[in-house]
Amino acid sequence: MKLMETRASRAILRNTTGILFVLVFLIFGMLARNFLTLTNLQVVLSNSSYIGIITVGMTFVLLVGGIDLSVGSIMYLSAVATSLVVNDLELSPWLGVVACLGVGLVFGAFNAFAVTKLGIVPFVATLVTMIAGRGLGLLVTQSVQLDFPDSITLLATVRLGGVQLNILIYALVVAAAALFLIRTPWGRRIYAVGNDPEAARKAGLKVQRIIASTYVISGVCAALGGFVSIAQIGRVPASFGRNSEFDAIAAAVLGGVSLFGGVGTVFPGALLGTVMIRVIQAGLVARNVDIYIQPIIMGAIIFFAVLLDALRNLQLKKLGRRNIMKLET
Amino acid sequence: MDLGADQQKTSLEVGDGGAFQFLGVGKSFFGVPVLKDVTLTLRPGTVLGLVGENGAGKSTLMNVMGGVLRPDTGRMLLGGASYAPAGPEDARGAGIGFIHQELNLFSNLSVAENMFIESFPTLGRIPAIDRRRMAAGTREHLAQIGLDISPSALVETLSPGERQLVEIAKGLAMSPRIFIFDEPTTSLTAKETRQLFDIIRTLRARGTSIIYISHILGHVAELADEVAVLRNGELVADGPAAEYPIPRMIASMVGRDLKSMFPPKASQPQPEVLLRVEGLSQAGIVRDIELTVHKGEIVGLFGLMGSGRTELARMIFGVDRYERGTVRVGDALLPRGNPRAAIERGMSFVTENRREEGLLMNVSIADNIGLVALPEFARPITGYLRRRRLQEATDEKARELRIKAGSYEEQPAKSLSGGNQQKVVLAKWLLAAPRILLVDEPTRGIDVGAKYEVYTIIGELARRGSGVLYVSSELEELLAVADRILVMNRGEIVGRFERNEFAEERVMRAAFRHGEGVRA
Repeated sequence: MKLMETRASRAILRNTTGILFVLVFLIFGMLARNFLTLTNLQVVLSNSSYIGIITVGMTFVLLVGGIDLSVGSIMYLSAVATSLVVNDLELSPWLGVVACLGVGLVFGAFNAFAVTKLGIVPFVATLVTMIAGRGLGLLVTQSVQLDFPDSITLLATVRLGGVQLNILIYALVVAAAALFLIRTPWGRRIYAVGNDPEAARKAGLKVQRIIASTYVISGVCAALGGFVSIAQIGRVPASFGRNSEFDAIAAAVLGGVSLFGGVGTVFPGALLGTVMIRVIQAGLVARNVDIYIQPIIMGAIIFFAVLLDALRNLQLKKLGRRNIMKLET
Repeated sequence: MDLGADQQKTSLEVGDGGAFQFLGVGKSFFGVPVLKDVTLTLRPGTVLGLVGENGAGKSTLMNVMGGVLRPDTGRMLLGGASYAPAGPEDARGAGIGFIHQELNLFSNLSVAENMFIESFPTLGRIPAIDRRRMAAGTREHLAQIGLDISPSALVETLSPGERQLVEIAKGLAMSPRIFIFDEPTTSLTAKETRQLFDIIRTLRARGTSIIYISHILGHVAELADEVAVLRNGELVADGPAAEYPIPRMIASMVGRDLKSMFPPKASQPQPEVLLRVEGLSQAGIVRDIELTVHKGEIVGLFGLMGSGRTELARMIFGVDRYERGTVRVGDALLPRGNPRAAIERGMSFVTENRREEGLLMNVSIADNIGLVALPEFARPITGYLRRRRLQEATDEKARELRIKAGSYEEQPAKSLSGGNQQKVVLAKWLLAAPRILLVDEPTRGIDVGAKYEVYTIIGELARRGSGVLYVSSELEELLAVADRILVMNRGEIVGRFERNEFAEERVMRAAFRHGEGVRA
């Protein structure tokens, strides 16, 4: 009896993401008739792509037990850089992409430096980047909205094999990140560091470098996510990317990535989490829910996801300990 | 790997009588010397037993050897050549394997990944892990120590003993020429311990030199060819094991002759029943437990690992739930699963796992001690603390238990040695002046001197009229301390012995009745 209960609760705790995902789909499938169609699915995926890419980067940081609050500001900064290259210097859109990713790399590297070399708590280090980064971007733009030429926006219309480019990019990022995390030594060591940094240090792993790499990856992902979004909407207001950090963290946590580090996956975890968030957001809009109530509902969902994470952490610890009479029963 | 073995032979021949030598090694932390001028030789193909009280410097010495710490003074020779590791990687590269006291496995990774975390086999130039080779290698290493688990099993699904063995297999995988074992048996069952000893003997026969650190002096005596004793950072004795029987080890460790390991018996049971447990059951854990603890009595609860002792104590205290049965303090029925109610009725629980459950590691010693008794030091209505009075009380307790620390107010609990940490846990509960004290393995992992003091404290508490339920897997201490011993086996109480019936063999037989190795 006890054993079965234990097994069952363990199984549920390990698969919260899948269960939530099915629930969300069922609920919204019932609420909106034409929800579960192929076109709609494409729309959801397409809308998920930019925040999804950012969530992938966020997952890396969360896996080592860190957090990156600066992704929204990095999005904005890289959009500003792209605009400088494409609009002001009138250079090729490809150089715009390079500038965009370059900015992500630089600010990701700054976060990495602040966290690993200066020993600043990730929350504060990335909070500083978030605030100062946004300020720097606004200083350049003077809060004026940026508009992008067709050379950029046409990218969003490109289809390969009938699939939109942004979905393809998202798929590529997810696949590359998942393979990296599951199959490469560096990826496995990211999990090791998140599980027990002290033990990782003793095992001779380059803990600081591993942690640093996750912030750089997160910065680049944020920039790439930003670019995908620019291509889709073609203009960048001063609020571009604001609150994206919360969407990304919520998506990752809903996807089963633990804030305690060491637990979670990009595929299926973070992917499902992102789609879930998007489905909920789209559903709220489609059902004409009061726009002042929407953030409350989103907040509640994030709270719920983080609560689940805490409970899971606690419960798994307990279950791990209580296995004494396992062999007997 | 074969190459390593060859190198090993040559270097052993080159070394002038020492596989490893410490020459005048010293190390200080914050100006406090923890190692003083240690000169010690490890001979090739032997087991060196390293003993000493908590805080004697054993771990520091081994961390210096393992490249985790750098010595302030002195030098080291490995096979006759100068050895100065810059980090753990260097030590490993030089062929020094280290099994740390606390496990260094990553519970979210598989057994195989843990084995190869430092150097994953990859698919040629592609930086992808060659899983097949990794699994094959893991199987090979696991077979070496006779451990039958899947390489792809997640470490978090393994038992503590299995984890320890995986750690050892991992250490063996790099075929070290010197192997350090720091308290390797704390989480092993009796059977697994035997298995480990066989492995150590095989290693020695192959020419590997071994340093074996343990508080279980019986194990040291059984395994070691030579014994070295550290006290307060100094090497106070070393020589052939034959010249160091256990009493001499103890005498060297504590620096004075402990007349015996146990204080004279102080408790005197009285008729009044303080704790009465009736028909306590929880499927799969315990069955129909009946027990009483009288005023002034120390009741020993003995059982092998996995017999349900700890679980029972947790249920009585209300941390874990139970399906049937009652727990009464005096006449009052205790509600289930409510430790607060237990504390309010004067019950205290010193847990087995002081690191996770008993202590706030980053908080000062004084604050730790004051934690449980806090409400008694609050002013009425406002609830503000009477700080001065609290401080006096915690100070007094800390001094009474002779907790060794610079400042009780400033120093965090984690800075203390294991024995002193345990004393802080005890002090915390003693300050609340419990009527009933549940203690679970209060002397595990602490040194002889501290053990003696823990026995004294508990005996004194009983003499003043408290009832004590003393859970332990060390029969010797129960025989010395308890007024009555209850024996648990597979979740049931299978034997009850009054003090005049105490006999090691009879108690042991009861504990083993259904055959050994519940958790094998």
